[in-house]
Amino acid sequence: MSTEIKEREPLFSAKNVKLLKNPLNLSNPITVQVLGICSALAVTAKLEPAIVMSISVIFVTAISNVVISVLRNGIPPRIRIIVQLVVIATMVILVDQVLKAFVYDVSKQLSVFVGLIITNCIIMGRLEAFAMANKPWPSFLDGIGNGLGYGLILVVIAFLRELLGSGSIYGLQIIPHQFYEMGYKNNGLMILPPMALIVVGVIIWVQRHYTRDLIEKN
Amino acid sequence: MQEIFNIFIKSIFVDNMIFAYFLGMCSYLAVSKTVKTSVGLGAAVIFVLGITVPVDYLLNEYILRPGALYWLDGSFADVDLSFLSFIMFIAIIASMVQLVEMIVEKFSPTLYSSLGIFLPLIAVNCAILGGSLFMQEREYQSLAQATSFGLGSGLGWFLAIVGIAAIREKIRYSDVPAPLRGLGITFIITGLMGIAFMSFLGIKL
Repeated sequence: MSTEIKEREPLFSAKNVKLLKNPLNLSNPITVQVLGICSALAVTAKLEPAIVMSISVIFVTAISNVVISVLRNGIPPRIRIIVQLVVIATMVILVDQVLKAFVYDVSKQLSVFVGLIITNCIIMGRLEAFAMANKPWPSFLDGIGNGLGYGLILVVIAFLRELLGSGSIYGLQIIPHQFYEMGYKNNGLMILPPMALIVVGVIIWVQRHYTRDLIEKN
Repeated sequence: MQEIFNIFIKSIFVDNMIFAYFLGMCSYLAVSKTVKTSVGLGAAVIFVLGITVPVDYLLNEYILRPGALYWLDGSFADVDLSFLSFIMFIAIIASMVQLVEMIVEKFSPTLYSSLGIFLPLIAVNCAILGGSLFMQEREYQSLAQATSFGLGSGLGWFLAIVGIAAIREKIRYSDVPAPLRGLGITFIITGLMGIAFMSFLGIKL
């Protein structure tokens, strides 16, 4: 039956690279698909929790995409939501225990938002839209891509909020003391929750200004 | 009694689910185009939070909390099942939503026709799981406190979504810059509403 063997697709074919790159801009989970906002905004007052959160989400999306993709032919369609929730919840428990063991301070700062990765719409959305219909390797790339797209926005928001709100980046003081002596002040408003929303609004504005296709007609 | 009332007011205004913690943003942004549908979804959230938070409180108190299994047998006094809480809470929420949907359909068809389509959506709304997780983290002392926290958070969510829907209905007539239209301006308005809600922070309870 050797005639049936098709030429294997290379691991990083153009199609697969697209899976990885598209979520960074054109189909970004936060600014375009509007998924996963819930947990995205609350953890972005500082850079460190935002990075930890992004890594956790990348891990959970990638692994649960692979698991569901492997199981996809064995899952009865009627109970697929429950199966997906169980897989995601298991991954999130793993992440939570690892965070508690190795970076306890950050885990305390993230508080309930680690648990809320379970109901993060990005993960359910990608499982439903992609992993249920595709092979494990593309699903893995799709998971990584969407996780990265989410992480990218998180890091940008956290960078702006920490720089303007606390004058530091990743805990290091960036704005020199002379500035403060000259009368410069940190903008305390940036650390407060509502500013995260406004920063996202501005990011969407900038992105749509350069990518005209995304503009809503309304 | 006063403590219960304080928790209720605090969870509506000060610790508002949307403006202080951004919980349930996905459905908040997706279903806030008209006031009518947002009232339906908001009512469903109050309803489900009012049920799942007390049920999860009992679950946490008698099964998951460190030492909670003491009532079964003295030898279980140092069993800690709290690492299971995510999976237990989400299972309870999914099944409660299903149950509520069936009960409402049976006993109140009018309520069902107005809430019905939103109930399944709610199982994956972060505000519901968030409510249970905050309840666990803040260690409420009694069932009544947990219930008033659940109802209060639901009411806060309801206020937020109805408010933004009313604004979105009007802003359709304004001349918003093209790239900001739709999603962008909704985010910015929500931020401004959040700043307005921050004035409640000054209330001492």
